[in-house]
Amino acid sequence: MGVLATAMAGQFSRRSFLISAVLAGGSLVVGPRLIQPAGAAENTALNPFIRIPAAGKIQLVIPSAEMGQGVYMGISTLIAEELEVALDQVEAVAAPADPAVYGHPVLRDQITGGSVTIRGFYEPMRRAGATARVMLIAAAAREWGVDPLSCRAEAGQVLHPSSGRRLAYGALAAKAAEGPVPETVELKPASEFRLIGKPHLRIDTPAKVNGTAKFGLDARPEGVKFAAVMLSPSFGGTLKTVDDTEALKISGVRQVVKLSDAVAVVADHTGAARKGLAALHLTWDAGPNGGLDTAELERRIETAMDGEALVALDHGDVAAAEAAGGPGIEVVYRMPILAHSAMEPMNCTVHVRADSCEVWVGTQVVARARQGAAAVTGLPLEKVTVHNQLLGGGFGRRLDYDGVTMAVRVAQQVDGPVQVVWSREEDIRHDSYRYLNLSRLSLRLGPDGMPVSWRHRVVGPAVMARFLPLLFKDGIDLDQTGGAESPYDIPNKRVEFVRHEAPQGMLTGNWRGVGPTRNAPAIEGGIDEAAHLAGRDPVAYRRALLTNNPRLRGVLDLAAERAGWGTPLGPDRGRGIALMPDFGSFSAMVAQVHVGGDGRLTVERIVCAVDCGQVVNPSVLRQQIESGVVYGLSAALYGRLTMENGAIVEGNFDDAPVLRINECPPIEVHIVDSTESPGGVGELGTPGVAPALMNAIFAATGKRLRALPLDTSQLKRT
Amino acid sequence: MSFTLNVNGTTHAVEVDGDTPLLWVLRDVIGLTGTKFGCGIAMCGACTVHLDGMAVRACVTPVETVGTAAVTTIEAIGATDEGARVQKAWLDEEVVQCGYCQSGQIMSAAALLAVNPSPSDADIDAVMAGNICRCGTYPRIPAAIKQAATELASGEGR
Repeated sequence: MGVLATAMAGQFSRRSFLISAVLAGGSLVVGPRLIQPAGAAENTALNPFIRIPAAGKIQLVIPSAEMGQGVYMGISTLIAEELEVALDQVEAVAAPADPAVYGHPVLRDQITGGSVTIRGFYEPMRRAGATARVMLIAAAAREWGVDPLSCRAEAGQVLHPSSGRRLAYGALAAKAAEGPVPETVELKPASEFRLIGKPHLRIDTPAKVNGTAKFGLDARPEGVKFAAVMLSPSFGGTLKTVDDTEALKISGVRQVVKLSDAVAVVADHTGAARKGLAALHLTWDAGPNGGLDTAELERRIETAMDGEALVALDHGDVAAAEAAGGPGIEVVYRMPILAHSAMEPMNCTVHVRADSCEVWVGTQVVARARQGAAAVTGLPLEKVTVHNQLLGGGFGRRLDYDGVTMAVRVAQQVDGPVQVVWSREEDIRHDSYRYLNLSRLSLRLGPDGMPVSWRHRVVGPAVMARFLPLLFKDGIDLDQTGGAESPYDIPNKRVEFVRHEAPQGMLTGNWRGVGPTRNAPAIEGGIDEAAHLAGRDPVAYRRALLTNNPRLRGVLDLAAERAGWGTPLGPDRGRGIALMPDFGSFSAMVAQVHVGGDGRLTVERIVCAVDCGQVVNPSVLRQQIESGVVYGLSAALYGRLTMENGAIVEGNFDDAPVLRINECPPIEVHIVDSTESPGGVGELGTPGVAPALMNAIFAATGKRLRALPLDTSQLKRT
Repeated sequence: MSFTLNVNGTTHAVEVDGDTPLLWVLRDVIGLTGTKFGCGIAMCGACTVHLDGMAVRACVTPVETVGTAAVTTIEAIGATDEGARVQKAWLDEEVVQCGYCQSGQIMSAAALLAVNPSPSDADIDAVMAGNICRCGTYPRIPAAIKQAATELASGEGR
């Protein structure tokens, strides 16, 4: 979350206090020994994160979900560094639902999101590895009757160099587990790292190139049936009538499950289930939102913008600065409704028995998913088991577990396990949407052309109110408003928040880049507009406003230099820059575009400079920046869902297109060498893309686009 | 209806309607889950498999049209020269993130190299544009395909 980043960096007093208080009380305890699951007797757990078998690979239990961001690699690197094992000696496994043991130290829940995993776990996971190493060395020393200080660990063995004796961890684990757990351990200095900061190849990917990796959709419990599901097209609607005569005649179809707001066809395979679903004759009650369309939703949020606002931040005297007059801008940046469109459509496999419930799903919130299943079934929590799987993309969609509760409701009516599979259409039409957002920005410039006041009114849903109340305070969504004041040195600043929710029944949630992605176009577009109003170069202008932010200025300079900022590009081309100081990291991005006379937009090059402090793996870092850029580019060019009759109109990659390889520009990632605390990178690349493009388009054409997706029809000049 | 399929060199008898997409027969009936479901309308390429070496989208391929064609899936593509090199290049270039679309990406790339051992950037774009990746692995795919092509030509990489 943006606000977490700000707080962790200690830049912002009120939120800083809030989060520091949480951090102080939240350090992970490497204490409780795991009770061995049946059939795993050969594994010895030295702590909740490390299981050592007598022979074979050491299992590292990863508290966060792997959704492509490389967290299995990142966490494994941290543990293995201190445990003194090679990466080919370990395998990463998903943690069970147990927030007391595996919860994120800051979020205090098993939530994988907000680019906080490495920031939160950087020290605790190294500590887990070091603690286990000390216990293994102690066990060997006891065995040999020598001083532990005369032993050392290396590549999964304890060595006693003076006698040449050595013992493998597998032979020591059981004895080590009987010994005391050290209260303090010393962590390696960065100069001794052999894994952290080095470009080792990911350990989770070999299984992903040969079809053996198991995603949620690949769960195959014995006897599983397959269900195709359809939810009420309009949000908040209900199922009225079902004629399943034809569907039940289809070979392989077993059963039709009718719920208040959905219908599912259960069959021997998904093909028959989908065919059966298509053969149903259904009527729906559209419910309270049946009359809504995009124009009405947009009218509502525009009206809200002029209504009452809460003040999230008030520095100096913005009103006085505005009253003093001078040139300025007052502009509105508009964001559309967005889907996540992860490649793996929503799915969940559930087996409800009389006294238990078993769930297989890829989720960013495994503990909440378990609670959700318990709530639906009425079973006590300990009777519900969730097996977290690899996620075929998350991007925030799998921070909600609505797909789990839906599947459990279906499974309650099915004898045996059932895999509930959403079609792509259901996935897009029942997302946890990034909802409409407006940013109204008022800037005034002083006599020297530099801004003297910054008023940013943010209008949108308060997702944190339901998702993470820790970040919802006095009616203000701190994720949404955190950072809205911009990183720039401006004497008078005011951030206002107008909470505006989607219609009841339409789920809104977190989307890659969270709050910063919603605010970045206004902030980085707005400062660009100010620079042009002042007749100044956009890079030099920003630079002059960052005297107190050397790391952000560092990436600004690096990106500008590598992009050849200021060198001539010729007609119809332009460069635009956008900064992103968030997630505990700093980045700058330069986009270079060509805009044809017909308005055709070509993104020719994206240059990124990143300072994320200590890098855990430079290769994964580059992947994540590229990934974030492509995700942002896709949304900037195409992302917009529309509504008719209370339902989302678009349904698949034909009418809700995403970026394809032939449209992908070269993306350069330049990394700043740093030993600062590690920052987040999973979302860092996304927020800056849209404003960098907006600014580049302005540079190329003189036309300022302030709404997403970019409407290139406005760029026609011939 | 009953169909006999040749999948990865093994014969499978399956009992499904003829219009059942091959995708679900592979995943749910035969149990080969490496081939993925992404869109159901041949717009994303996640379900790409080979029929007699040609890349097809299994989500829109009725099982009754497969006949005696040899079906090859991601689970067996490593047994081919192209497939093995593509898999290796994918790892060497760190293409993979979440991995969900990569079965399809690799099947498309292997099919491309089988007919075009030295593809240009434009050739790669033309073929790989059918495969969507939401993690944004696109920038690494051309380099990986070119590495695989080079190793195929030199006989290395197996």
